[in-house]
Amino acid sequence: MNLHEYQAKELFARFGLPVLPGQVAASPEEARDIAASIGGTVVVKAQVQVGGRGKAGGIQLARTPDEAFHKARQVLALTIKGLPVRRVLVTQAADIARELYLAIVLDRGRKLPLVMLSAEGGMDIEEVARTRPERIVRRPVPLDGIRPFQARSLLKPLLGDGRLVAQAAEVLLKLWRLYHDSDCTLAEINPLAVTADGRVLALDAKVILDDNAEFRHREWTTWRDPEEETPGARMARERGLSYVKLDGDIGCVVNGAGLAMATMDLIKHYGGEPANFLDVGGSSSPEKVTTAIQIITGDAAQGQGIRALLFNIFGGITRCDDVANGIVQALERAPLQVPLVIRLTGTNEEAARKILAAHGLTATTRMDEGVRTAIAKAQEVTA
Amino acid sequence: MSILIDRGTRLIVQGITGRDGAFHTRQMLDYGTRVMGGVTPGKGGTEVHGVPVFDSVAEAAAETRANASVIYVPAPFAADAILEAADAGIGLIVCITEGVPVREALAAFHHVAGMRERDGKGRPRLVGPNCPGLISPGVSKVGIVPGTICKTGPVGVVSRSGTLTYEVVHQLTEAGLGQSTCLGIGGDPIVGTSFIDALELFEADPQTRAIALIGEIGGSDEEEAAQFIRRRVKKPVVAFVAGQTAPPGKRMGHAGAIISGGSGTAAEKMAAFEAAGIPVARTPSEIPALIGEALGRRRAPRSRATTKPAPGRKAMAQGASRNGKRRGGSRARTGTRSRSGSARAPRRATRGRSRAG
Repeated sequence: MNLHEYQAKELFARFGLPVLPGQVAASPEEARDIAASIGGTVVVKAQVQVGGRGKAGGIQLARTPDEAFHKARQVLALTIKGLPVRRVLVTQAADIARELYLAIVLDRGRKLPLVMLSAEGGMDIEEVARTRPERIVRRPVPLDGIRPFQARSLLKPLLGDGRLVAQAAEVLLKLWRLYHDSDCTLAEINPLAVTADGRVLALDAKVILDDNAEFRHREWTTWRDPEEETPGARMARERGLSYVKLDGDIGCVVNGAGLAMATMDLIKHYGGEPANFLDVGGSSSPEKVTTAIQIITGDAAQGQGIRALLFNIFGGITRCDDVANGIVQALERAPLQVPLVIRLTGTNEEAARKILAAHGLTATTRMDEGVRTAIAKAQEVTA
Repeated sequence: MSILIDRGTRLIVQGITGRDGAFHTRQMLDYGTRVMGGVTPGKGGTEVHGVPVFDSVAEAAAETRANASVIYVPAPFAADAILEAADAGIGLIVCITEGVPVREALAAFHHVAGMRERDGKGRPRLVGPNCPGLISPGVSKVGIVPGTICKTGPVGVVSRSGTLTYEVVHQLTEAGLGQSTCLGIGGDPIVGTSFIDALELFEADPQTRAIALIGEIGGSDEEEAAQFIRRRVKKPVVAFVAGQTAPPGKRMGHAGAIISGGSGTAAEKMAAFEAAGIPVARTPSEIPALIGEALGRRRAPRSRATTKPAPGRKAMAQGASRNGKRRGGSRARTGTRSRSGSARAPRRATRGRSRAG
């Protein structure tokens, strides 16, 4: 789960990291009130989870509460990289002397958390990594954590001044505590600012949480942004299915994540466009299958619609007859408006075919054939 | 032969009394795996499918002389189960459980890796978590891979996926290409056994004559594998990468299958394999033909090699890499070591399908 900046800053504050006072607003009026209560110059920041907010006009300075009102109205009207801005963070402005980059990220290759530090703060760090990799210091963190002296020695070359080093080291140690205790896979401060009056501040915050650890963090559910989810995505999450909506017109229901990706790829390979990724899981019950159809058709009803629905099931642990029963039940509940193509192979395949045949449905055994048929049928619908 | 498991594998099942544990214990017994015991704390003294249940791995290991363990316990307890197996002296630990938090997975990984380093004989080894386990057809299976789709033969299969592995194995079997061992290393960002570990094992296994590597988006394990193959693997390898159409920043089912910060894309991984001279299948159904071709080439090149005795893999790979660049648009993208390979590959793929019937 990716947190919004305002959520990440709440988490930062809880761990004692230096963030400036601020609050999230959903309307220009709220933004004005927050600006008034903070006093002085504020920054109005779009709360969307993409980089390049500043360039897109999503970060604005406001000197008065009225200006905050107007700037918030502007920013709330933006759509940045396809994401409509629904909230703004109104936060105190800082007098920035220097901007650094500081992050702790899971390094999958080393299999350790990694501290990344750069003097080129405020920039797109991926761009820095590509063009000036030598400007980023990387230091793996042993599993027992970072020691204060290590934090200081890491920061000394960048900051020089002992008081700044001490402050920044404190930030790094707290960031590590947050990364560890909150089960993050990324905790990033960009920029970590040094102000003109010698303070070290986290002016932005980006946090990615390890979804697998959600069971021990009850507060995470409150951070989930319902507006960011399609109805289908919400349903998938609540029912425990993996689902990602895409832009194409061929819906696919597949058992297993790898096979689901390969199915999408094969649709594209044969000239079609997948409408989604959907993994119905290893032990697919009829209920899961009906849910899967509801997810795809529900989301499709909102957008451009799908033109064919493809089932690709490799029965191992999944029983093909369970899937067939699910398909039949789903169709009885709500007939499909688009062609249905079924590929089934493996465990209880014969029983599945009988169930389908009794309802006038057929299934192929080959993945390539199923995909090509689905594309052909989708094209017929178009024509 | 096979890798990691053979007829001497004596298995215990951690979480044997759970739904999945009990179900797959039955499946493994039916396949002929020597399931010696099970472990569920508090249920010692009972039986599941005639298999004795113990309260701890240490007791089970002492009673049964088990040398392998498979873990089906729920995610919050899976890392503890791995550590318990390692501390009880189990040599092969296969964690099927999905949903283990990264923090615990890291701790378990380093604990096991540290023990293995001290051991010096490669024990214990962790496979997974979030994996289907492994099967050596006709010999033993540990995990959840369906035995019916496999057949004994010369192909080593290693994959980050579950059902996609079954799909590929099934197609290999139908094409008459049996397997030495099919190993699922798992779809999590942190897993105990990497592609490189698996390649090293397959390279040393006399039964394995060709290797199918099935990767997916996320991380850089495939890129590292490509480098490793170029330097250290003499047996032919065919690669496939799932997720060519996956959007960045979205988790595609597996915790580890995510393109983050623009890296970990299928395109990068396919390019890495091609640059190392490794044929890359564009679709799963191209894999059997490419493997068949690789097996054929493995026997044939003696004659070709006469111009250049013991052709260095590196030299060949570089040749192929140059080749690959020139033929960037080639549809089948075989990046093969034989010069004419790219051009001929589509026809071979067709033949492979018809053979698969």
